[in-house]
Amino acid sequence: MPASPAGPEIENLITLLAKLPGLGPRSARRAALALVKKRDILLKPLADALGQVGEKIRPCETCGNIDASDPCHICSAPGRDPTIICVVQEVGDLWALERAAAFRGRYHVLGGCLSALDGIRPEDLNIAKLIERATDLEITEVILAMNATVDGQTTAHYITDHLASAGVKISRLAHGVPVGGELDYLDDGTISAAISSRRPF
Amino acid sequence: MKWQADGYILSVRSHGETSAIVNVLTKEQGRHAGLVRGGRSRRLRPVLQPGNHVNLAWNARLSEHLGTFTVEALDARAAVLMEDRLSLAALNAACVLCMQALPEREAHPKLYDVFEILLAQLHDKDVWPAIYVRFEIGLLQALGYGLDLSQCAATGTKDNLTHVSPRSGRAVCAGAAKPYLDKLLPLPPFLQGQNQVGGDDIMDGLSLSEYFLKTRVFYSQNKDLPEARARMVEMLGTALKNPN
Repeated sequence: MPASPAGPEIENLITLLAKLPGLGPRSARRAALALVKKRDILLKPLADALGQVGEKIRPCETCGNIDASDPCHICSAPGRDPTIICVVQEVGDLWALERAAAFRGRYHVLGGCLSALDGIRPEDLNIAKLIERATDLEITEVILAMNATVDGQTTAHYITDHLASAGVKISRLAHGVPVGGELDYLDDGTISAAISSRRPF
Repeated sequence: MKWQADGYILSVRSHGETSAIVNVLTKEQGRHAGLVRGGRSRRLRPVLQPGNHVNLAWNARLSEHLGTFTVEALDARAAVLMEDRLSLAALNAACVLCMQALPEREAHPKLYDVFEILLAQLHDKDVWPAIYVRFEIGLLQALGYGLDLSQCAATGTKDNLTHVSPRSGRAVCAGAAKPYLDKLLPLPPFLQGQNQVGGDDIMDGLSLSEYFLKTRVFYSQNKDLPEARARMVEMLGTALKNPN
C-alpha cells in the first residue's frame, strides 16, 4: 500500500469521516480537504460543535429523546399537550414528526423495535418506562407511530397488549396512499392497506 | 449460476446503506440467501417484508457465492397480516423457525407446501392454528426428526392413539399409555386426520412440537426456541381461552 500523502492526523480524520453514513473513503477525503481549506469558517466551528454535542447531549430520562437538558425541551415545553404520548422507534422518527409540525403532544422513543432474528427483546427497548408513563392519570391517549413493517407492527401489537390495563385510548398512524402518490405506482401491500383502512368521505 | 423461482421472504437484513441481504424459502432451492441491490429503496422496502410472496431470479458467478436476487412482488401477504396481532405473531414465529432451524440451500418441497398453505390461511383464526401445528411437525420431519404417528410403539395397534413417547417420538395407544401418563406427551386427534379441533388440541399440538423442536433441533445448536414462537403461543393460549 502506498504511503499516505497526508499526515497521520489527516488520515485519522478521513478514516473517522468515512465511517459516517453516506460517506465512503473517497467522499471522506473530499470532506477532509474541504474542512482543512475552510479552517476558520468550517473546521473550527465543527470541532466546537462536536465537542459540545459530545459533552452535553444525553438521552432524556423521561422520553428517550436526545437533548442537552434532561428532561428534554419537548418534555419540558409548557405549550405541548401533556395528555397525549406519541411512541416512535428512533429519535430520527421523532424529528420527522416534528418537521411535519402535525403533533403537539409529548413523545416516547423506544430505541428500536422487537426483532426475533436480531434477538431484540422487550427488555432491550424503552417499553417499561412507556407503561409507567401511560399509567399516569394525566395521559388520555397513546399514539403508536411505528414503522409499517412486520417488526414495527409486531412491536405496536406488543405495546397495545401491555397497555390494555392502563385505561388509555390507543391509536396508530394510518397506512395507505401517500400524499402525491399515484395508485398505478403503489405496491400491492400499500393499496390493500389503504382499501382496508378507507373512511367515509 | 442462475435460477428463477417463486418463494417467500423470511428475513431482511440491511447491508450497507442501499442494499439488503434477504433470506427466502423456495420449493426447489429451500432456504436461500442473496443480496438485493437497492433493497432499502422506497420501491423495494414494501416488497421485502417477511411473508411476502415474490418471484426471485438468483445470479452468481459460482454456486457457493452469496449471489444477487432480482425480486418481483407476487402477493403482499405481510401488509394484510399486519392488521391482526395473532396472525402477525404466527407469521413471525414461522419465519424465525425456518430461519433458525432449516439449513441453507436444502430443498424441502413438502414443508414449503405447508408453509404456503399456512400463509394463505393466516387471516382465518379458526383455521391457521391447526395448520401451524402441522407446519412445526413438518419442520421436524424435514430435519429428520419426524414423529411416527402411524401405530402404537408398544402394541402395534393403529387405533386409539392418544400419546407420543418423548424418547422415541412414536405414538402410544391409550391402554399402553396408562401407566406412563405423566411422562408421555398428549397427541391431539387432529394430527391423526380427525376434523374436530378444539383449543386444548391446539395447545397440546404446540406442546408436542415444542418438546421435539427444543430437544432435537435447538438443543443441539445450543439455542433456545425463538422468543417470537413463545410469544405467539402465549397470545394464542390467551385467545383460545377467551374467544371473544
